[in-house]
Amino acid sequence: MAASDRPKLAVWKFASCDGCQLTLLDCEDELLGIAERVEISHFLEASSADAPGPYDLSLVEGSVTTQQDVDRIQHIRAVSKRLVTIGACATAGGVQALRNYADVADFQTAVYARPDYIETLATSTPISAHVPVDFELRGCPIDRGQLVEVITAYLAERKPDVPAHSVCFECKQRGTVCVTVAHGTPCLGPVTHAGCGAICPAYGRGCYGCFGPSNSTNFPSFIPLLRRDGMDTLDVVRVLRTFNTAAPEFDAASRKELEG
Amino acid sequence: MTHRGSRVLHIGSLARVEGEGALYLRMDGAEVAEARLAIYEPPRFFEAFLRGRSYTEPPDITSRVCGICPVAYQLSACRAIEDACGVVVEGQLAALRRLLYCGEWIESQTLHIHLLHAPDFLGCDSFIDMARTRRADVERGLRLKQAGNAILELLGGRAIHPVNVRLGGFHRIPTTNELRPLAERLRRARDDAAETVRWVAGFEFPDAGCDNDLFALSEPGTYAIESGTPTVMAAPHTAGLPPESDRALPTRAFGVHDFGVHVTESQVPHSTALHSLLDDRRHLTGSLARYAISGRWLSPIALQAAHDAGLGDPRQGTVCRNPFRSIIVRAVEVLYAADEALRIIDAYEPPPRPYADVPSRAGTGHGATEAPRGLLYHRYTLDSEGTVTDAGLVPPTAQNLGAVEEDLRRIVQERLGDGDPTDAELTTLCERAIRNHDPCISCSAHFLDLTVDRT
Repeated sequence: MAASDRPKLAVWKFASCDGCQLTLLDCEDELLGIAERVEISHFLEASSADAPGPYDLSLVEGSVTTQQDVDRIQHIRAVSKRLVTIGACATAGGVQALRNYADVADFQTAVYARPDYIETLATSTPISAHVPVDFELRGCPIDRGQLVEVITAYLAERKPDVPAHSVCFECKQRGTVCVTVAHGTPCLGPVTHAGCGAICPAYGRGCYGCFGPSNSTNFPSFIPLLRRDGMDTLDVVRVLRTFNTAAPEFDAASRKELEG
Repeated sequence: MTHRGSRVLHIGSLARVEGEGALYLRMDGAEVAEARLAIYEPPRFFEAFLRGRSYTEPPDITSRVCGICPVAYQLSACRAIEDACGVVVEGQLAALRRLLYCGEWIESQTLHIHLLHAPDFLGCDSFIDMARTRRADVERGLRLKQAGNAILELLGGRAIHPVNVRLGGFHRIPTTNELRPLAERLRRARDDAAETVRWVAGFEFPDAGCDNDLFALSEPGTYAIESGTPTVMAAPHTAGLPPESDRALPTRAFGVHDFGVHVTESQVPHSTALHSLLDDRRHLTGSLARYAISGRWLSPIALQAAHDAGLGDPRQGTVCRNPFRSIIVRAVEVLYAADEALRIIDAYEPPPRPYADVPSRAGTGHGATEAPRGLLYHRYTLDSEGTVTDAGLVPPTAQNLGAVEEDLRRIVQERLGDGDPTDAELTTLCERAIRNHDPCISCSAHFLDLTVDRT
């Protein structure tokens, strides 16, 4: 296929660790195949070639933390036919959204001798707080298989087949013994979005919620389980406020926990 | 950007690095008056929000500083917190940590060599472009990268932000049988890595040197990765030698507890990354520094490959100070990591418990390990409940910024001596110089805007 006939893919970065973009480069078996199916028009981590839009599919990593970011995401939306966010930063503000509960000036003073040199917003917000998003791919980091599915689905102009159930389903599929039932280990699996393949319980630890909330959560029933397994109020708040801090369900549950 | 009373050109963006940066060059006629590498990745405030977290959390949280070297963050955090708690992890658990780190070295260094850096030497925009004419080389790189990821996935649960690392060791340790298929894959990887050293050794390298102190961990008897003592090798000018001298020079070492005494950070207006000095001088961490300080401890197969690739013999006091040749040193390190991973797997005997207990206590701890891009230092202060009250992270990129700026200044100055370059030529030259040092700017952003200010 000639370059001009292929759909144009762009990959963009906001405040983040680069891990979700790297997931694309970690698709070693599929990478050259994907590069043949699409024209990678903008992907600065991987290529110096930089073609102007419009783009058929934009993958956006990272959260919005500066005024320039606010302007940049508007532009990216305007030149993108489809816009998909990849990862916890882009879908739920990322770990840097912990500033949303603090005075950002205190944070600046803690890290920088001259906080006045630093330009930043008081909040870290998901992409959907600023522009319409076609699809949000969860995870810190995203799962390689789900990323390939999303790219393939948009190339075929169909809806991505990414399940919205909880990590518990994946433990059952994997045949992992429930760490909460068997060992009394606190585990966020019941309220966490599937996608990772339930890795943590398979490695003997409780899920720590890096894929954010599943589509149906029941915190009033779930939090007493965490308490039964030894977590106090601060432990519960900390585990909900880590990588998906600005996800509305985790945010609301953590606030309720603090209010008592 | 505007600069009063001068011509300002805004001429491009830096790709194939990790993070966002901008380069400002001010030229006074044929003299480079100033070279500033600005990191404008938005700040994420890790050191601030680590305060108030439990002492068990920094290994998971700080891995999110960098998706390309999460293990480095996890293990520097573990070492620092274990140090605060008076625990030293030894034996097979320490060996498994080193195995995990070998996985990250293979994956991350291979990414840099094949996907980010090699296109510079072959006149390509990207590995995709490179794959059109050199598909076998790209496929070998992807296969090698996948072998590194296989270690991370088995031992860590996943390649990016592994879940299996905890204070004192691991949540779950592998059985001998689980490691066996990994060994099969690593034997192939070792051949691929040896081939990669030969491949990159055939590239054309400009003459260049770096006149900075070199800084890496050292651990007599082994090539330091996951532990060691901070060690400095003097810069050539201290011995009256040219920057490109390949002679090893005297070293000095200090305890990791004194890291903050020797390495001082300062903030500059043009960057969200802090700049570091080592005893008031510019210094360079990373592959060139490690090879200079620990090269003699490489395994025989890696030493032979280094010798055949023209790097000389570090046992005879030869070092490499040409930043362009760092791609060869990196390839030798990948070969070493594959070989070392096989050695660890061969010697593996599952320890009785997956982790040592790390009871919390009040105090301050320090930890440093060799991230693929250089020495990464963490410091934590805990209260008696095990809550973090203070945290400090010093990534390699922040330490290298001064040396990279000096490198850029020199390289542009030399180019000006050969005539008046266009801005496009300068951009290409500077991008190459920056990629030689593999700046992992995600501790910053993805974009180098080059501004040339001519007066």
